[in-house]
Amino acid sequence: MDEARLRSLTPGVLAVLVRRGADFAAAEDAVQDALVEAVRVWPADPPRDPKGWLVTVAWRRFLDAARADTTRRRREERVDREPPPGPAPGADDTLWLYFLCAHPALTPSSAVALTLRAVGGLTTRQIAGAYLVPEATMAQRISRAKRTVSGVRLDRPGDVSTVLRVLYLVFNEGYSGDLDLAAEAIRLTRQLADAVDHPEVAGLLALMLLHHARRAARTAPDGSLVPLAEQDRRRWDTRAIAEGVRILQTALARDRLGEYQAQAAIAALHADAPTAAETDWVQIVEWYDELARLTDSPVVRLNRAVAVGEADGPRAGLTALAALDESLPRHTAVAAYLHERDGDPATAARLYAEAARKASNLAERDHLTRQAARLNAQKDR
Amino acid sequence: MAKYLLLKHYRGAPAPVNDVPMDQWTPEEISDHMRYMNDFAARLEGTGEFVDGQALAPEGTFVRYDGEGRPPVTDGPFAETKDLIAGWMIIDVDSYERAVELAGELSAAPGAGGKPIHEWLELRPFLVCPPTITE
Repeated sequence: MDEARLRSLTPGVLAVLVRRGADFAAAEDAVQDALVEAVRVWPADPPRDPKGWLVTVAWRRFLDAARADTTRRRREERVDREPPPGPAPGADDTLWLYFLCAHPALTPSSAVALTLRAVGGLTTRQIAGAYLVPEATMAQRISRAKRTVSGVRLDRPGDVSTVLRVLYLVFNEGYSGDLDLAAEAIRLTRQLADAVDHPEVAGLLALMLLHHARRAARTAPDGSLVPLAEQDRRRWDTRAIAEGVRILQTALARDRLGEYQAQAAIAALHADAPTAAETDWVQIVEWYDELARLTDSPVVRLNRAVAVGEADGPRAGLTALAALDESLPRHTAVAAYLHERDGDPATAARLYAEAARKASNLAERDHLTRQAARLNAQKDR
Repeated sequence: MAKYLLLKHYRGAPAPVNDVPMDQWTPEEISDHMRYMNDFAARLEGTGEFVDGQALAPEGTFVRYDGEGRPPVTDGPFAETKDLIAGWMIIDVDSYERAVELAGELSAAPGAGGKPIHEWLELRPFLVCPPTITE
């Protein structure tokens, strides 16, 4: 059994322990121990019933720890302050766990870490490595998060949008370490889509698949960014695109539009164009209008200005841009791009250099510096 | 072993020999520069001397405490700030001589015209734990 399949058993095993009366924090520790044990023992001696094996080992670990803990607690006389036994998971254990780990009482970084550990079955070391923080820092973050949600009773169904935000963060704001956070986010969103029938869950899954499909084409061999228009589309993953489009179409047919479906629709239109020149920018602008209506996000309006620049020409794009706050991230980069398309390389070069100074990540900074350099080099010729 | 901080400055270091801003280089020169920097870090990882490397955005904020119950005061960025750090690399090496040798190599990263930048890097030793045996 590969590691991802092993980890996919985590939520179910954890839920069994909680249903038997273990409190969430202790149960989660016990399941982690069982996973580590499984990685050690299974290669030589694979169990016939992997989940049953994990439940047995985790439960034993939990009882051992609880016994040791009871002794210590008596000594410390703090039995009264312990929260009551954890909530009994409802019909759908997996869903219950997603809601708990994305609980609004948690900060986004805590919710991300807890989701990756308790739902994803990753070790603290793996999560720390993925977010480039020391393992002790991540361990502390996770244990605080567990304390925060330990007394939470989920008697009402949670708001699925909080879960989606956490999964979106995992997908979008990871580093590229040994652990593939984007793939992990897709796995967790897929698992969520199996547990709950909701068009926005499908929308987010489609969005992830459509963006992930372009991954190989997104960076050059030297690590520099390749913009969408210049990507080698033969390197896009057509299977992921087909799956994303299919999931999106099913979701859209239910006529309950949300921001993730709208974003996925834009990604799908890009994926659908055989060449950058054949992109259906008019439809993309319409989707940005929908998205702006749904979210009222200034970032959406900035992206819309780019689309307008493609659909109606760079002048129209610059007009749309002029209505937006100049302090928006990437505003200067968009202005540079539109001025270049408008036939003003000198202004574009100056703005690209300025945008590079404002960039919030190295890949983007390098890319923008290269754009300025490209235009300056042409000017010198 | 001793840890050293190699500091790269946006502003505040003496002017390098090959002093051309990066957006005036050719795209190939930028690629060559990036490759040199990545190779350098990868080589130090290979020798077990690399600890950390980070880049900083050019603009930041000054913050200070403003008394009980009041929000912190923020100010800046200040155009007149003389010293502006661009990033750092932390190395763990056997000697000061080795640290100087590595800083020299990093400073030789190619810039405009494919020629070394000769950028001034600041080399700062970390203050360390006291040794057990002192006599």
